[in-house]
Amino acid sequence: MLQIRDLRVKFETRNGPVDAVRGINLDLARGETLGIVGESGSGKSVTAFSVLRILDEGGQIIAGDLVYGGINLTAADETAMNDIRGREISMVFQNPRAALNPIRKIGQQIEDVLRQHSLATRQDARSKAIKALEEVQIKDAAARYHAYPFELSGGMCQRIVIALALACQPQLLIADEPTTGLDVTTQKTVMDLIQNLAKDRGMSVLLITHDLGLAGQYCNRLLVMKDGEVVETGAPAKLTKEATHAYTKKLVAATPNKGKALHDLILGGAAVPVPDQGEVLLSVRNVTKTYAGKSGPVEALRGISFDVRKGGCLGLVGESGSGKSTLSSIIARLQDATSGEIKFEGRSLNDTPAARFASDPRRSEIQMVFQDATDSLNPRHTAAQSIMEPMRHLTKITASDRNARVHELAAQVGLPAALLSRLPHQLSGGQKARVGIARALAVNPNLLILDEPTAALDVSIQALVLNLLADLRHRLNLTYVFVSHDLAVVQMLCDTALVMRSGECVEYGPTDAVLSGPKSPYTQELIAAMPQPRP
Amino acid sequence: MSPRTRMIGARLLQAIPVVIGVVVITFVLTRALPGDPAVYFAGDAADEASIQQVRETLGLDKPLPQQFVRYVGDLVVGDWGNSLSTGQPVLADISRRLPASLELTLIALILSCAIAIPLGVLAATKPGSWRDHVCRVFVTAGVSLPTFFTGILLIYIFYYLLDIAPSPLGRLDFMFIEPDRITGFYLIDSALAGDWDTFGAAAKQLILPACTMAIFTLAPIARMTRAAMLQALSSDFIRTARAAGLGRRKILMGYALRNALLPVVTTLGMVFSFALGANVLVEKVFAWPGIGSYAVDALVASDYAAVQGFVLAMALLFVALNLIIDLTYAIIDPRIGFDGA
Amino acid sequence: MSLSSPQSFAGHVGYVLRQNPVTLIAFSLLAGLIFCAVLGPLLTPYDPLASSDAILQPPSGAHWFGTDHLGRDVFSRVIVATRLDMTISIGAVALSFVAGSILGCVAGYWGGWFDAIISRGLDMIMAFPLFVLAMGIVAALGNTVENVIYATAVINTPFYARVVRAEVNIRRYAGFVQAAKLAGNSDLRVVAMHIFPNALPPMMVQVSLNMGWAVLNAAGLSFIGLGVRPPTPEWGIMVAEGANYIISGEWWLALFPGLWLMLAVFTFNLLGDGLRDIVDPKQRR
Repeated sequence: MLQIRDLRVKFETRNGPVDAVRGINLDLARGETLGIVGESGSGKSVTAFSVLRILDEGGQIIAGDLVYGGINLTAADETAMNDIRGREISMVFQNPRAALNPIRKIGQQIEDVLRQHSLATRQDARSKAIKALEEVQIKDAAARYHAYPFELSGGMCQRIVIALALACQPQLLIADEPTTGLDVTTQKTVMDLIQNLAKDRGMSVLLITHDLGLAGQYCNRLLVMKDGEVVETGAPAKLTKEATHAYTKKLVAATPNKGKALHDLILGGAAVPVPDQGEVLLSVRNVTKTYAGKSGPVEALRGISFDVRKGGCLGLVGESGSGKSTLSSIIARLQDATSGEIKFEGRSLNDTPAARFASDPRRSEIQMVFQDATDSLNPRHTAAQSIMEPMRHLTKITASDRNARVHELAAQVGLPAALLSRLPHQLSGGQKARVGIARALAVNPNLLILDEPTAALDVSIQALVLNLLADLRHRLNLTYVFVSHDLAVVQMLCDTALVMRSGECVEYGPTDAVLSGPKSPYTQELIAAMPQPRP
Repeated sequence: MSPRTRMIGARLLQAIPVVIGVVVITFVLTRALPGDPAVYFAGDAADEASIQQVRETLGLDKPLPQQFVRYVGDLVVGDWGNSLSTGQPVLADISRRLPASLELTLIALILSCAIAIPLGVLAATKPGSWRDHVCRVFVTAGVSLPTFFTGILLIYIFYYLLDIAPSPLGRLDFMFIEPDRITGFYLIDSALAGDWDTFGAAAKQLILPACTMAIFTLAPIARMTRAAMLQALSSDFIRTARAAGLGRRKILMGYALRNALLPVVTTLGMVFSFALGANVLVEKVFAWPGIGSYAVDALVASDYAAVQGFVLAMALLFVALNLIIDLTYAIIDPRIGFDGA
Repeated sequence: MSLSSPQSFAGHVGYVLRQNPVTLIAFSLLAGLIFCAVLGPLLTPYDPLASSDAILQPPSGAHWFGTDHLGRDVFSRVIVATRLDMTISIGAVALSFVAGSILGCVAGYWGGWFDAIISRGLDMIMAFPLFVLAMGIVAALGNTVENVIYATAVINTPFYARVVRAEVNIRRYAGFVQAAKLAGNSDLRVVAMHIFPNALPPMMVQVSLNMGWAVLNAAGLSFIGLGVRPPTPEWGIMVAEGANYIISGEWWLALFPGLWLMLAVFTFNLLGDGLRDIVDPKQRR
């Protein structure tokens, strides 16, 4: 049904032309679900945009043929393309809330598409739009017709985007990272919805994703892309079991799933020893946090208690809004708790208010690695300046010795010294993550709080960073509090797990026990949503 | 109470301290003006005793806080003092002249929006192109022209050289009689009276000053439109619309522009302030009988009640206008009053 | 992108200038204006204040811009006025930049009551049509160049304060700000050394717009008889004086100072995008 032959796409950028896609071939049959898997910069999204010819400014198809049902899409004019877009081929995007017009009722947005393709008249547009909403299993669709995107949850918005894409009964659906940014439990419902709709309508699906596990679960066939080229293609089972290309092997290894150990993520990785656990280093008792929200007080934390022993690693697991980030910033003394007690090495931590903790001698003992490496580096500071910053205030290292220490730290986290003079936007995601880790280690802390340090990274980079963290923990005898939404990652790194939901602790215990015998239904749900190894 | 009503309520409450502040600043400014108002009010022939008497009747011998209380009390009952130069109550003077200024400013703003918004859209559809650069240079040149200079230049070209504009003196050529006062806007009043000759004459008088002011206000509107359009066009929802096959026109006008207009509406408040300020100069150049020229004359004559009345009227007008703009915004943007908006 | 080597600051400036022809023109014009402002009287063929018998002469080889009603050389007056007008605009913008930055940082970072009081105070200033407020301030304080600078600074301050407040506020909880606190920086240092520098790019656009606007205000005030007084050469006064002669056809009295004034404002206004790109580290390769 869709044939791509030797597609080449070029982008004009400030640093000269970049070949985003370099000659890929692809065939998609009617009713088939094909997954394109690749990490950022692999050209998978560009390929998808090329099919609909909606490349961003500066992007251009320079060669190749895109043939859909006998029509050559590369040669079609804009009018012809507009008849195909939405009518024959539709697309679903990541970040569903931003993908909808913020100031137009969702029902009207669906009507716009129906009217554009002359599938509805002024009279029956509304009823057809409501019908489209019902088809994506939106309850009370007639009332939802009048909703604006900001009034709906992320998962709900994604259903609306799907309803909009499928309103005109297209033959091919391109889903570009449709679940990225959604909570794990929502991810599954969205993917199941797409799968069922495709089956019912005999529709083909092109699923673009970075997640090999997800693609393996829902696709008939996979296509692995790297640097604008297809490196391997085949059935999911075959690819995961007997990949031939080195990159595919690396990707398969790096994808976390239930039962994997940390060193399994890297091909030929050696097991990292775990430090011996000592006395209780950090003790948290009944910590609560209440914010003054716009509509009354918001209870972000409702009495959390746990202990972390020296050399241990606690995993704080929860979805967005669970309060895990609030808790981590309270432990890091960036925020004050409303009530409760935090002790560090037996002494109370929260007798010094967060506002004055900067000058507390224990400031250098507790450091943090942040979620978004881009956001956590000052855009005006070079990597070296960022790493040096804590030393200037928290240690007595002289200015001349600081440089040597920066180089030492860079070597420790595996950051090439040549990159130290770069600004954050000149570094890749993995490099920025390493700068963030080096900065946190600069003042020899005891306790490191890791707030989703790998959430924004590609899986192959995540594998390296996780192993680096485990290695540093062993070598420097560090204690970790590791915050994550990903149970699979926690299972590999942490000895203790604490599952949070709406500011409450729903499960707390040794990681193995939590995974093998979850008591709360919520933990069971999370475990069910974990990618499973293929039988 | 819905979040929206709460937001509107909060916005109304916010205006109160601003109004109080405006009254205080006006009071302080006028007390600081050079010259003793008592001397002016007493007249040229007054001796020391009668000046002192005037001072007492005006309450100028009292301490400042007391003067302020009296001042506020007078304002509330509508006693804004008498103008020295015209001998009329200031409030009457201002309400008579205000429509002239408003008519000029509003026509200028409408003209300006009609040109600047399409220019901004045009520039945003091809950023970095020669079209974009030309638009940018054009509107920047407009805002770089001092209004008093543009006015003089237009008079020189269209009145002196080409002789197609009427003489730049006031709102109506002396051959015509003022239309019956209904709104005070000559265009509307003459249209209501069905007097199209007068309408045409008033429009002719309006064209040059309105153009002068419009040229000055093009830049902020065009700049904001361009920026907001660029942001809207690079949004994810535009890509969704493109992928759904919506037509170019629908995407540009229906989706992008509607989103882009929201920030433009907020800019209009700022532009209005700009225009009212520029109004003072434009009115002086075109001998326009609005409150701007009234204020300049009063300032030169140290006519302090008139200056105070003018500044106060302008500020109150502007507070009211911003309130209207914000409330309009609240009505057209469904997200207002909700978290994250 | 990350494979190319970092670019030097000078290289970056060069790139910004090459990339945008309008910016290149603006910077060249600025260099010209600064040249006139610094050298001023050394460049002019006549004494700007000296009257002569050659009154109301149209432009000629001897008097490029003609002469005025007192026989003074318009060209010399226009050039000499550059220094005064530039001083007013740079002085006013510098004052309001500093005041606005401090107010904006306090309101944006600490929020709460500070924010409420500062924001309402700024609203009050903005509630006046700003030119009118400047008129009032100069009239109240007295007709001097310094007072024109103060008045212009007062009406410019809210713009900076608002930009800085918004920029500081969005970065208040940014990761790098939290990291700076973890590194032992006090709140004051965090604001001054980590957050504020990141607000510079959008402020540069404001600086350029306000410099132009400051010149226009100063000239406008002189035009209605406030601020700078004759016979001091100043563009606004010259246009005001020239306006009386335009009806009788002596166009050059008002035209040349007006055009020069426009050129200066134009230059300032066009600088914005270039200045922003220069101080924005993200634009560097």
